[in-house]
Amino acid sequence: MIPERHVNAALLVGLVAVPMWALAADEPYTITLATRAVILALAAVGLNIALGIGGLVSLGHAAFFGIGGYAMGILAFHAQTFTPLDFGAFSVAGTKSMPVIWLAALVLSALAALVIGLLSLRTSGVYFIMITLAFGQMFYYFTISWSTYGGEDGMSIYVRNSFPGLDTLVPVQFFGICLILLCLVLFLNARLVRSRFGLALNAARQVSVRVETVGLDPTRLKLLAFVISGAVTGLAGALFADLNRFVSPAMFSWQFSGEIMVLVILGGVGRIFGPVVGAVVFVTLEHVLGGLTDFWHIYLGVILLLIVLFAQGGIIGLLCGRRVHHD
Amino acid sequence: MTEPVLETRNITRRFGALMASDSISIELWPGEIHAVIGPNGAGKSTLIEQICGGLKPDAGQVRLLGRDVTRQSTAARARAGLGRTFQISALAMEDTVLQNAILGALGASGRPWGIWRPVLKDRGLRARAEEALHRVGLEDLTAKHCADLSHGQRRQLEVAVALTLRPKAFIMDEPMAGLGAEGSKRLTGFLDGLREEAPILLVEHDMDAVFALADRISVLVYGRIIATGTVDEIRANAEVREAYLGEGA
Repeated sequence: MIPERHVNAALLVGLVAVPMWALAADEPYTITLATRAVILALAAVGLNIALGIGGLVSLGHAAFFGIGGYAMGILAFHAQTFTPLDFGAFSVAGTKSMPVIWLAALVLSALAALVIGLLSLRTSGVYFIMITLAFGQMFYYFTISWSTYGGEDGMSIYVRNSFPGLDTLVPVQFFGICLILLCLVLFLNARLVRSRFGLALNAARQVSVRVETVGLDPTRLKLLAFVISGAVTGLAGALFADLNRFVSPAMFSWQFSGEIMVLVILGGVGRIFGPVVGAVVFVTLEHVLGGLTDFWHIYLGVILLLIVLFAQGGIIGLLCGRRVHHD
Repeated sequence: MTEPVLETRNITRRFGALMASDSISIELWPGEIHAVIGPNGAGKSTLIEQICGGLKPDAGQVRLLGRDVTRQSTAARARAGLGRTFQISALAMEDTVLQNAILGALGASGRPWGIWRPVLKDRGLRARAEEALHRVGLEDLTAKHCADLSHGQRRQLEVAVALTLRPKAFIMDEPMAGLGAEGSKRLTGFLDGLREEAPILLVEHDMDAVFALADRISVLVYGRIIATGTVDEIRANAEVREAYLGEGA
């Protein structure tokens, strides 16, 4: 068995080395693929906080991804058309500044997660899955009919948003931004897991009744986890929209919620780097198998089946064995 | 003190036609171990759930330190001073012994929201958890995962988690269950001293332990308390002998 931190380190080295190689070999498409993997990883890291630590099987995380995407799309749309964003009583100007867009994505998806969480956490099990799914679909159908922002067709943002001091149109620079954000979130995630909140949430997943018996409220713990989780996935949504310079209702689709759940399970539920492994493997398979056949999802399905049947700790579990707890 | 630490007043709970709790009144006074005994299905678990907040009584009151807590949640009652151990260990099996004990200390602190500082490096929480583990004799197993503990060690950890809360009253649901003679004897000795810290409401099947420990015994049969008294009174009570203790007593 390989120590988990070695796998994590190798992964990070790979995530830096591959785009560097692509830069040297003048393969910009590889950089774009790596960026896609990093952003999907970020979305899945968000889900993993709810799913892996909190045990909340959310099939509605596309809602937060989409909210992040539309936060970017709407702010950038108003900036590129030079129209104010009108809220009736007041109006704000659009923006092409990434940090501002990220902040909006974080806040809005956290708020959405708070509301969805408050309602969904009254249930558990299958009902929780169904309610989160329903919320995701609500957003999906809403954006389809939201003609101001492209409706079903979505909308294009012509120039990637800006970050002070960088040229975000250079693929490797944008990749760098995404990777640094991912690392930052992974670091915060690692702190969170070892914190007071992490310990309590981890226990709430395993034995809710014990947590109550020591005087804590498991529902409130899970709600905070859901909010943090939604905010991270929302941030990933804003980056994803910037990668494609395009947002559409597809970001809200339940298929996407399923996809990031697949990433988490593939890599290892509850492992900090699990979603990263999952995303890298997924994007690689998508690229390699997708080049061979249009039906590459079948092979992904077989791999997923094998993982679920024989390696419940996902790929990280396969490599590193049982979860190790740190003292 | 003019009021008991913990008290139920005529609590009643029905499940359909079944009268699980029939107007039960029990008092727990400072310094005492009050044992509740009764045959299987007598309603002991239902009683405990109502005291701890897992079930709401149809009628009657649960009072803790003179306050009516009947409508309060399990968590609120724990914060108010109720320390419970479970009949079937309810521990975080993936976590270590120390992490489980720290969860108790964390609950007692009332501040679980920190997301930055490592909880295991928190000296206050750690000291409180380690003290409790030391008292039950688990100090050498702090790094062990709960899933790897023996049954007896899990029982000890149950008690340790309750100790970290420094409760005003202990509710112990069959703490001796599944312990060998040796373990039972050790835990009996430990609980004997614990009553001075906080009184214990002890639901237990192990009669040796009950007779050795209890200041008072209440006998629960078909949801009704048929007798309350000292060990000698209960031993001598004809109705109790017939209903529960049988010919062996």
